[in-house]
Amino acid sequence: MITIDGNEAVASVAHRINEVIAIYPITPSSAMGEHADAWSSASRPNIWGTVPEVIEMQSEAGAAGTVHGALQRGALTTTFTSSQGLLLMIPNMYKIAGELTSTVFNVAARSVATHALSIFCDHSDVMACRSTGFAILASNSVQEAQDFALIAQIVALETRLPVLHFFDGFRTSHEVAKIHPLEDDQLRALLNDELVRSHRERGLSPDRPVIRGTAQNPDVFFQAREAINSYYDRAPNIVSEAFRRFAELTGREYRLFDYIGAPDAERVLIMMGSGAEAAHETVDHLVQQGEKVGLLKLRLFRPLAGEQLLEALPASCRRIAVLDRCKEPGAAGEPLYKDVLTAFAEHLTRGGSKFTALPQIIGGRYGLSSKEFTPGMIKAALDELEQAKPKSQFSLGINDDVTHLSLDWDAAFQTDADRASSHAVFYGLGSDGTVGANRNTIKIIGEDTDLYAQGHFVFDSKKAGAVTVSHLRFGAQPIRSTYEIADNQAEFVGCHQAVFLQRFDILAKAKQGATLLVNSPLAGPDFWTHLPRPVQQAIIDKQLKVYVIDAYRIAAENQLGRRINTIMQTCFFALMELLPAATAIEKIKGSVASTYKSKGSSIVEANFAAIDAALANLEQLEVPASVTATTELRPPVPIDAGTFVTEVTGAMIAGLGNEIPVSKMPVDGSWPSGTAAYEKRRLALEIPVLESDLCIECGKCVFVCPHSVIRSKVFKPAELKDAPDGFRWLPIKGNEFEDDLAVTYQVSPEDCTGCNLCVEICPARDKTNLSRKALNMHPVDTVLERENEYWDYFQTLEEYDRQKIRWTTIKGSMLAQPLFEFSGACVGCGETPYIRLATQLFGDRMIIANATGCSSIYGGNLPTSPYTTDRNGRGPAWSNSLFEDNAEFGLGMRIAIDQQRKEARQLLTRLRDEIGAELADGLLAVSHDSDEENAEAEIHEQRERVASLKVKLAGIDSEAARNLLSVADALTSKSVWLIGGDGWAYDIGFGGLDHVLASGRDVNVLVLDTEVYSNTGGQMSKATPLGAVAKFAAGGKPVVKKDLAMIAMAYENVYVAHVAFGAKDVQTLKAFREAESYRGPSLIIAYSPCIAHGIDLHRNLDQQKLAVASGHWPLFRFDPRRAAQGLNPLQLDSKKPSVPYREFAESELRFGILTRTKPEVADELLARAQEDVDERFHHYEQLAALDYSS
Amino acid sequence: MTIDLSTTYLGLELKNPFVPSSSPLSKQLDTARALEDHGAAALVMYSLFEEEIEAEEGVAQRLQNQDIGHGEAASYLPVHDDLPGHREKYLEQLRRLKEALEIPVIASLNGISPGGWVRHAKALEQAGADALELNVYYVAANIEEDGAAVERRVIETLTQLRKQVRLPLSVKLSPQFSAIGNLVRQIEAAGADGVALFNRFYQPDIDTDDLELDQTLHLSTSADSLLAMRWIAILHGRVGLSLAATGGVHTAEDAIKLLLCGADVTYLCSSLLSAGPGRLDEIHAGVLAWLDEHEYESVAQLKGSLSQKNSPDPGAYERGNYIRLLSSYRVPQSLWR
Repeated sequence: MITIDGNEAVASVAHRINEVIAIYPITPSSAMGEHADAWSSASRPNIWGTVPEVIEMQSEAGAAGTVHGALQRGALTTTFTSSQGLLLMIPNMYKIAGELTSTVFNVAARSVATHALSIFCDHSDVMACRSTGFAILASNSVQEAQDFALIAQIVALETRLPVLHFFDGFRTSHEVAKIHPLEDDQLRALLNDELVRSHRERGLSPDRPVIRGTAQNPDVFFQAREAINSYYDRAPNIVSEAFRRFAELTGREYRLFDYIGAPDAERVLIMMGSGAEAAHETVDHLVQQGEKVGLLKLRLFRPLAGEQLLEALPASCRRIAVLDRCKEPGAAGEPLYKDVLTAFAEHLTRGGSKFTALPQIIGGRYGLSSKEFTPGMIKAALDELEQAKPKSQFSLGINDDVTHLSLDWDAAFQTDADRASSHAVFYGLGSDGTVGANRNTIKIIGEDTDLYAQGHFVFDSKKAGAVTVSHLRFGAQPIRSTYEIADNQAEFVGCHQAVFLQRFDILAKAKQGATLLVNSPLAGPDFWTHLPRPVQQAIIDKQLKVYVIDAYRIAAENQLGRRINTIMQTCFFALMELLPAATAIEKIKGSVASTYKSKGSSIVEANFAAIDAALANLEQLEVPASVTATTELRPPVPIDAGTFVTEVTGAMIAGLGNEIPVSKMPVDGSWPSGTAAYEKRRLALEIPVLESDLCIECGKCVFVCPHSVIRSKVFKPAELKDAPDGFRWLPIKGNEFEDDLAVTYQVSPEDCTGCNLCVEICPARDKTNLSRKALNMHPVDTVLERENEYWDYFQTLEEYDRQKIRWTTIKGSMLAQPLFEFSGACVGCGETPYIRLATQLFGDRMIIANATGCSSIYGGNLPTSPYTTDRNGRGPAWSNSLFEDNAEFGLGMRIAIDQQRKEARQLLTRLRDEIGAELADGLLAVSHDSDEENAEAEIHEQRERVASLKVKLAGIDSEAARNLLSVADALTSKSVWLIGGDGWAYDIGFGGLDHVLASGRDVNVLVLDTEVYSNTGGQMSKATPLGAVAKFAAGGKPVVKKDLAMIAMAYENVYVAHVAFGAKDVQTLKAFREAESYRGPSLIIAYSPCIAHGIDLHRNLDQQKLAVASGHWPLFRFDPRRAAQGLNPLQLDSKKPSVPYREFAESELRFGILTRTKPEVADELLARAQEDVDERFHHYEQLAALDYSS
Repeated sequence: MTIDLSTTYLGLELKNPFVPSSSPLSKQLDTARALEDHGAAALVMYSLFEEEIEAEEGVAQRLQNQDIGHGEAASYLPVHDDLPGHREKYLEQLRRLKEALEIPVIASLNGISPGGWVRHAKALEQAGADALELNVYYVAANIEEDGAAVERRVIETLTQLRKQVRLPLSVKLSPQFSAIGNLVRQIEAAGADGVALFNRFYQPDIDTDDLELDQTLHLSTSADSLLAMRWIAILHGRVGLSLAATGGVHTAEDAIKLLLCGADVTYLCSSLLSAGPGRLDEIHAGVLAWLDEHEYESVAQLKGSLSQKNSPDPGAYERGNYIRLLSSYRVPQSLWR
């Protein structure tokens, strides 16, 4: 048996039985494509001896088109996708099915975005495809997902129907489980080569041409559509036969409908997907208790074999609950529920014999966006069937206190099967290796013992300081528990970061007498005293055995930095005794050695030493008899944060979101902004502290800060009466400021991530000691209390008047309040400083359309929002539509504003006399968004006029006045921003972006160019540079990066800027201001260093400088306004490449991987890259030198 | 008359005493072949640096640990299972050099700490190295560490290395020891077959525009060879191990002086980096011509003939030389105008 996750298990089969694989990355199915690409890159052949061609397309629509084309030529072709990706494939799916084309789409099912995006699981994507004509097969576990990947292919070839094989995203796709692998011989034995050849023969060939894809008229379309019926009619029997043959060969039995439970069951559940495994376990348990209950697992959802469905049900069943993992608002019920009803209705209409009366059939929704689905909930559904009047429609797993559809459940209910397993829960940080260690633990136990093992991993949405929770089960029997380990169930709780004990109730999951392992620098009585009261209480009440280890010290002593994974893993094995300790240690060492290949390397030795040191340093805590602490858990938000934030946001931050009832939810997906400021995640080990004697007030620290944690304010020193002792400030310099003003630069210590970029950029140094700058990092513990006090005081100081700011300087513009702060972006993120800058300049009038990607995740992934408001309550209004449509989405906003402004101006003209000529004329005089040097004053005055207008309008009783009131805000300046990454702008959204740029409308496009799909894990985009290694370009990208700027400049009426804030901050500032002031489309392409570049982001700024100096990222601005003045619109802002391209490339691992693995290829590609940057710069120079004067 | 240029170094019979020392010249097979074609008697490979091995292992570690705990991605760069380490690349190049060349190839390990990295010596031996040079490039910047501890570090590293391999071993030393002669004796006692004198430290420089430290490579000049010359002269005949002179060998005259003092071989680096492999021909011809002109029959005859032991003026290699030089020094007039 092997231990593997669902994605790899499916990809392994699909890669071996296909010839063409066209994909596009999307969570949670990206890994399938990545595996396939990696195997093809390593020349791993399919069972026919050829290496499958894997191609990444520009979108799922593109992937589906490519699949369709490859199928039309007769190649065995597949794809992997989820959610919005699957939706983009739908048009082609209709075509593929309509043409009776054999293919399998392997889908990790995921929620479709509605009121919000969600990367988690439900069946809404699959259900959206139910009318495409694809056969739909559901698998419920990692084992089944692997098996069905093959069965689906058999079915596709034998029925000629395309098959959508789905399994649950994350729950199955990411679950690590022990399964029986399918060997190549088994694949060969079950796939009929004759049918493969038939598939090929149906392919288009000029040697035997046919015309396919015709346009048909009313005379024949309908008949032709009906001509396929027999293929669907016979499909269920073919699927049954495929299941039979599969069982014969492998011993694993599946049926169209698998019934589990009492033969004389009266109450039955019908469902599909991973939840059916939890239901299986629960039904088994209840039947053991003597209950007459059952479960029908549905395998083939399309074509639905109604009669066979009924055949599979026990004749005794009188009440049925059909559970759907999706929601179809406004429908008479969810799809499976209605299908079951239809099957019964048909049976009865036909006078079928098995059922003579319609059982009572009710429908329930469960598990949307991976909501937990537990035995308690399953029992609640079965219990509902016993009610005199069961709810005909219900929901499971939430508290619906509005429409009261939800069922109550017993959260403590546990099955015997689950009780027979061992449970371990681990809390870690994303970067500390906890998840990796647990995957490895599952592998060791799975592969070296007779035990079955299951690993499920839960992540929060942050990229910096993410909290991970690992749920591990081990047992003698196969594990069907497709739900998280519940409260009071874990025999082992690992707390890999002691600080979690202060923030989360992590002992809730520990059962009586459980073992608690904590990584803490404190030991013995010191450790105990620092625990909050509820933690001490829980340890005593639950009689926990507590072990403490200072894993960070051991890691540091063994040159492992902050990687504590092997140390904590060793302790776990020693304490859980799943294997003899010596064997476990040997296995852990074995896996370390195999990870790093060469056994003698120093990393391996360091890990070995750390593993050996782990047990020697593991100490059991003598638990005192009584609680001594008085401190409570840190409240997630301040108690005065307001009702909504306290009850909703606070609960979500504390990890208690599951308990929030429906009544507390915004009904349309609108959430308050400014909530990131409540989180105070205290991630930094070191924070910057100002030395005011050295500061030169340049403002660069504020400019580069990715998390907007360092701020500047100007004030009168005389106002500082209540300032805490030592609060730092210095007299401000510059004739643009009034006399007697002072400035300070202050850090929010609990929001800082410790990235060090402010210290890097700080140009002010002590003349007598050049290592001392005006900003220096200090260990956070030594300054936290004082800096918190300063920060609190700093926040009470008034913001500087925007009308007085000199916006052309970094120092001046950095006095503006950032309206984007404390996001969950990576430490040292290269994107966020651009967004922060935009919000400082225009935030009080910004509307943002944000493409899906990193910027929509750190910008809009709950629980909190980094977008915030100024003292007047104004701030960016932000929305994410989709990945592919962001340009169009933003254009719609622009058009609406313009239209509303037009309406407002018409009404103003009409009501001029009633309003007063002076006010009306003043309002009408401002016809565009303000774009002048004195924009702030103009905006302020217009806002004042609109305020006066509103007062006037309130006193006028007419439809026109009321209408004007509703559009009056459109009279003030608005700044429309279309923000997204290169995946959006260069690939999936390029068509829309191109159209929007061509529209001539006044929008500002900010492309945060990381040169890969960062959010989904570094897949190649058309922005990826020549020679860089990325996923789907494992051998180095062989073609140059698309020159998006040049394409945009070709329109001649588009403002274009190529910027890199770390290389030339003033140019970036100038570009943002020019883009905003240009009354047409503006495109800013912003170089954004990213972890996917294989660099430490504390080098973010240096890498930007190198990128510019090497010519990789020339700086320039193209301003169409200049042409009208007889000037060349193109201005080059960086010099001719002065650093060899290779020097830049060798400083980043994305290129370095290739120089290590394929030095000859790297040499060739980097030589071409050098030529390309030289030629491109020369080309730009020539363009910039053209004479526009005549 | 045929002049015999052959010499013995680390027990290796060499056709002449001209050996390209550890430098990037051995990174390209074509260049290495050219060196052989131009008469190099052996080749010291570029160094396998302790830090480079560690850095490469750091890369491997980093690629294996890319997860930041975000649900949408467990990694951001493709992980290559076959990512070759720096050590593997070095071994591969050693094997390729051995295949391509007939002259002995001396591998070079550069590190400063006794520890795990010396185990790589075994792999170098297995890959076919004819000898191994341990380059102890250590700047004793820790002012708590005394000179004896620095020397112990060298001896311990060498001792560990000696246990690993049976290959001939030489130690390349920096000149910054208080008692070089005694240290060489200890090195001999610890099992080394030779020493190479002296390693040049790459001195950091300061960029006065941005007040930052700059690492610039400055090539040697002939004047630098005088340092090795003195110590080889002092050691010749007093220690039993081979002596290589390194640093500042640019001309036939430089080489002759070093051989006169007792060097078994002269290492060439800066001269080849600046003038190319053809410089070997010039030095070779120059030395031959000098030997011929001065009626020497062989290098063996020449070697050490003017060492301190054999010198008519042994004091010149010591302090006396210093006094003479100082008292004869005249300040150039132009300086004080």
